[in-house]
Amino acid sequence: MMQAPDIGKVILEHTADSRVIELPFGLGEWHLPHGWMIGGTDFAPTKHVVFMLLAAVLVLLTVWYGGRQVAKRHATGKGPRGFGAAVEAMVLFVRDDVAIANIGHGGEKFAPLILTLFFFILYCNLLGLLPWGAAPTGNLAVTGALALLSFFVIEISGFRTLGPKGYLKTIVMVPPGMTGAGAVIMAFIMTPVELIGKVVKPFALALRLFANMTAGHFVILALVGLIFVFANWFIAGGTVLFVLFMMCLELLVAFLQAYIFALLTSVFIGLMQHEH
Amino acid sequence: MHNLLMLLQESVAVAKNTNALLGAGIGLGLAIIGAGIGIGRIGGQAVEAIARQPEASADIRGAMILTAALIEGATLAALVFALLFKILN
Repeated sequence: MMQAPDIGKVILEHTADSRVIELPFGLGEWHLPHGWMIGGTDFAPTKHVVFMLLAAVLVLLTVWYGGRQVAKRHATGKGPRGFGAAVEAMVLFVRDDVAIANIGHGGEKFAPLILTLFFFILYCNLLGLLPWGAAPTGNLAVTGALALLSFFVIEISGFRTLGPKGYLKTIVMVPPGMTGAGAVIMAFIMTPVELIGKVVKPFALALRLFANMTAGHFVILALVGLIFVFANWFIAGGTVLFVLFMMCLELLVAFLQAYIFALLTSVFIGLMQHEH
Repeated sequence: MHNLLMLLQESVAVAKNTNALLGAGIGLGLAIIGAGIGIGRIGGQAVEAIARQPEASADIRGAMILTAALIEGATLAALVFALLFKILN
């Protein structure tokens, strides 16, 4: 009689970062190096770093190959087909309906960033759904870094567009039309609120992406763990069907969360660009 | 007497741990109730809007999915903190 495994430990092992990558099809394990110290911090690659590099390579291959197909078909005056068509559809959707629609008339400059964010996060999420895969976006440090990047882009682009005085007006915000003592009081109240808002919005971006990915993996792993805990054929059959449904939902969530991250970043950039 | 004190301290420690997990569980349940109400209202009003004006159904569907994802973000923030309670235990 097999012992019921410790499901909590298995779940944490699968979703957290580690220095060992399990190779597929039983090829063994790849022990990652450690101890690449630079100034007291260990910069050696971990599992999530390797998967992020894999996602970056996949983004490069997808967009490059899709772009070449589209360019070749455009040279003969016809529309693209197949893989190139899919890539072109997604790129045009993100560029037109997400970046330019939300940022306004300066949107083309930010379109490459928004496209990169969307495709990179999408591939990171999808890699977590493959067998023997791990989602780098299930790591708060990774999503935090992406949100930090968004924060810098939003604030620095806002500063450059509005100038120092205009940028200060977005912090010490006075509702339009108030003068005198009312304006001073409102400035006192609204300044901390605006400052906290500037920090909380990217933090919410990071937390939303991290929590969505981690929660999905937790649910799937917990349901599969039920099979081991109960060791019963009927429960196993029902659980497999339910896990299949959850995986489809996870696929939807992967696309949706990448879209939401890109959309909210462009909305925040647009808000800063159009303060005046 | 010394044994009684030890037992009391141990039971207080256990009680603290159980209270943390209980708090996390109740908080999570309340967060899910909030999310359920919010997303239910979004779905209902989106469907009503589509019924009133079927030409706008693509726009309404997009707005509905976006708003539902934003509310999910708040709920999952509650989930992350509940997990924090469990893991810090």
